[in-house]
Amino acid sequence: MATIKLEDLVKTYGDVEVLHNLNGNIQDGEFVVVVGPSGCGKSTLLRMIAGLEKITSGKISIGDKTVNDLEPADRDIAMVFQNYALYPHMSVRQNMGYGLKIRKIEKQEIERRVLEAAEILGISEYLDRKPRQLSGGQRQRVAMGRAIVRDPQVFLFDEPLSNLDAKLRVQMRLEIRKLQKRLNVTSIYVTHDQVEAMTLGDRLMVLNDGVVEQFGTPIELYDHPETIFVAGFIGSPSMNFIPADCSEKSISLCNGKKINKSLKHKGKVSIGIRPEHLEEDKKGNIRIVIQMVEQLGSNSLLHGTLEDTDIEIVASLSGHVTAEAGSIVSFSAKETNIHVFNPDTEKRLG
Amino acid sequence: MVQNRPILDIISHLVLIIGILIVALPIWITFVAATHDPLRMTQAPIPLLPGSYFWENFVTTLFGRGLSGAETAPVWRMLFNSLSMAMMIAIGKIAISLLSAFAIVYFKFPFRMGFFWLIFITLMLPVEVRILPTFEVVANLGMLNSYWGLSVPLIASATATFMFRQVFLTIPDEMLESSRIDGAKPMRFFWDILIPLSRTNIAALFVILFIYGWNQYLWPLLITTDSDMTTIVMSIKQMLESAEQQPEWNIIMMTALLAMIPPVFVVIAMQKLFVQGLTETDK
Repeated sequence: MATIKLEDLVKTYGDVEVLHNLNGNIQDGEFVVVVGPSGCGKSTLLRMIAGLEKITSGKISIGDKTVNDLEPADRDIAMVFQNYALYPHMSVRQNMGYGLKIRKIEKQEIERRVLEAAEILGISEYLDRKPRQLSGGQRQRVAMGRAIVRDPQVFLFDEPLSNLDAKLRVQMRLEIRKLQKRLNVTSIYVTHDQVEAMTLGDRLMVLNDGVVEQFGTPIELYDHPETIFVAGFIGSPSMNFIPADCSEKSISLCNGKKINKSLKHKGKVSIGIRPEHLEEDKKGNIRIVIQMVEQLGSNSLLHGTLEDTDIEIVASLSGHVTAEAGSIVSFSAKETNIHVFNPDTEKRLG
Repeated sequence: MVQNRPILDIISHLVLIIGILIVALPIWITFVAATHDPLRMTQAPIPLLPGSYFWENFVTTLFGRGLSGAETAPVWRMLFNSLSMAMMIAIGKIAISLLSAFAIVYFKFPFRMGFFWLIFITLMLPVEVRILPTFEVVANLGMLNSYWGLSVPLIASATATFMFRQVFLTIPDEMLESSRIDGAKPMRFFWDILIPLSRTNIAALFVILFIYGWNQYLWPLLITTDSDMTTIVMSIKQMLESAEQQPEWNIIMMTALLAMIPPVFVVIAMQKLFVQGLTETDK
C-alpha cells in the first residue's frame, strides 16, 4: 500500500506530445479511475506508472520512492491487462504463481498464496486448467488472481472489463470494487466507460488530449463539472449545451427566452443542463420542439430542438411520457442545476 | 461437402488410386528388389512379387562391406553418419534461428532492420552458390572428414529465422509486458514463454530441416574422402557407379530402403505437432 505522486509528467512520441505536464496525488488505499475518450493518453499514463513506457520528463513516486528508472518488476505493482495476457501454456496455478517463482519464493509459500487468492476469487476448482479452457469472466479472475498473489503496493487495471459481455461486466465491476475495498490496495483503473468510472472510483481523473480536465469524486464531477468537456463526458445521456447571453440579473438563451440564474458575469456564455434536470413546467421558458420520444421503461427520453433554433436538446422524464412529434413542450430547471461555462476558455463560471 | 453423385465418387476414387499407384509403385519395386538374390535382378522381366532373400540381404547390407569389390563402409555406419549430420543440422539451425529471431523481434539495437535484411539476403545464397569459398573455409579450419564439417556450413538458416520472426510477431506484446511485471529477465522470458509458445512451430521446422539435412548430397560428397564418413544418400549413388560388374540391385535397393526409414520415422513421430505447427494461428 502506498501513495502515488505524479509530478509534471510529460510523454512525447517523436514530435508529438501526448501527455502535457500532468500532476496528481493518489492517497493510500484509494481507487482512482482514469477516464477519457480513446487517444486521450490514459493508457499511456498507466503504462508509464507500470514502467512499460519511458517517462519523457517529470517524476513518478510510489510510496516515498521515485520509480522513474526502475524496471516494472522492481516497482512493486501488479497489472491486469485488457486481454488478460495469461500465459496460454501454463495452468491457472502456474500463471498465478509465475511471478512468485521468479522471485524465488518457496514452493509451499507460493502454493499457500495461490490457494488463498483462488479462494477469494472463487476459482479454486479451475487451478489445473489452461486459460483456453476458461470463460471470459474466469480468465478475468485469473488475471486478477495473478495480481493479488504478488501482494503489491499498487494495482493497475487497463480496461479489464472491455472484453466481457454487458451483464458480466456489471457483475465483475462490483466484484473488483469489493475486492479493492477488502484488500485496501491503492489502485488505478483506466477506462473509457464513464458509467464504469462513476461506479468504481473513489476519485475520477478525467483526461482529455493529455491534460487533466478535472480530478475529483464522482459526485463533484457530476454536480460541479469544471469544464465543458467534463460536463459533456460525465452523465448519460450527456448534458445539453445552449449558447446564451449573461447580464447581471438573468441569462437570456439564444432564442431570446430568459432563465433565472444570478451570476456576476457579462457577455456570451454557454449554459449546460442535464437531461434529467429538465422539469416539465407549463410556464417554463425552455421550450422544445419534440422530434422523437424514446421509451426506456423507467424513464422516457424526449429528443427535440430548442424553439426557433436547431440546437438539439434531450430531456429525460421519469415514467411513461408521450408527446407528438412537432408539438412544443415547456421545461424549466432549478438554478443549482444550471451550469454556466465560458465558451472561449471552456471553464466553469457558475 | 455432402453430395450424392456416384459418378463423381468413382472418378475421384480413380484419381486418388492412380495417384497412390504412381507414388507407391517405385517404393514397392524397391522393396521387392531388396528381397531377391542378385542373379534374379539381372533377368528381365523384373520381379513384382517379393522373394525370399530379405533377411540375408538385410544382414549383408547393414553389416557387410557393402558391394563386393567396392570399398564402402558398412551401411549402419553410413546411417549413423547421416543421422548425426541431419540431427546436428536440424538442432543447430533451430537453436541459432530461435536466438536470432528473438534478438530481431524483441531487442532494439542499432541497424536492427539492417541485420534482418542481411539474414534475409542469405536466402539467395544456398550452399551450391557459395560452395567453393565455404569449402576453402572448412578445409582451413581442418574440418574435412568430420561431423562438424558436414553440418556447420549448413546450419545458418535465413528461412528458419524468418519463420520464427513471424511466429514471435504473432505473440501479443502483453505477454512480454506481463512477464516483465512478473520480473522475468529476457532469457527467462525466452525459455519460459517464447519456447513453449513456439513448440509446435519448432516441431514442424524440425521435421522439414531433418529431411533437408538427411537429403544433403553435394556438400557431403565434397568434403568427405574417408569412406568412414560417407553419408547414406551419397553412397547409394556411389554404389551404382563404383562396381565394375553389374550393379547389385538387391543390395542397393536394401540400402535405399534403409535410407528411407529415419525420415519416415521422424515424420510419423512428429505428425501431430507438425500439422498443428503449420495450421495453428491462435496464440
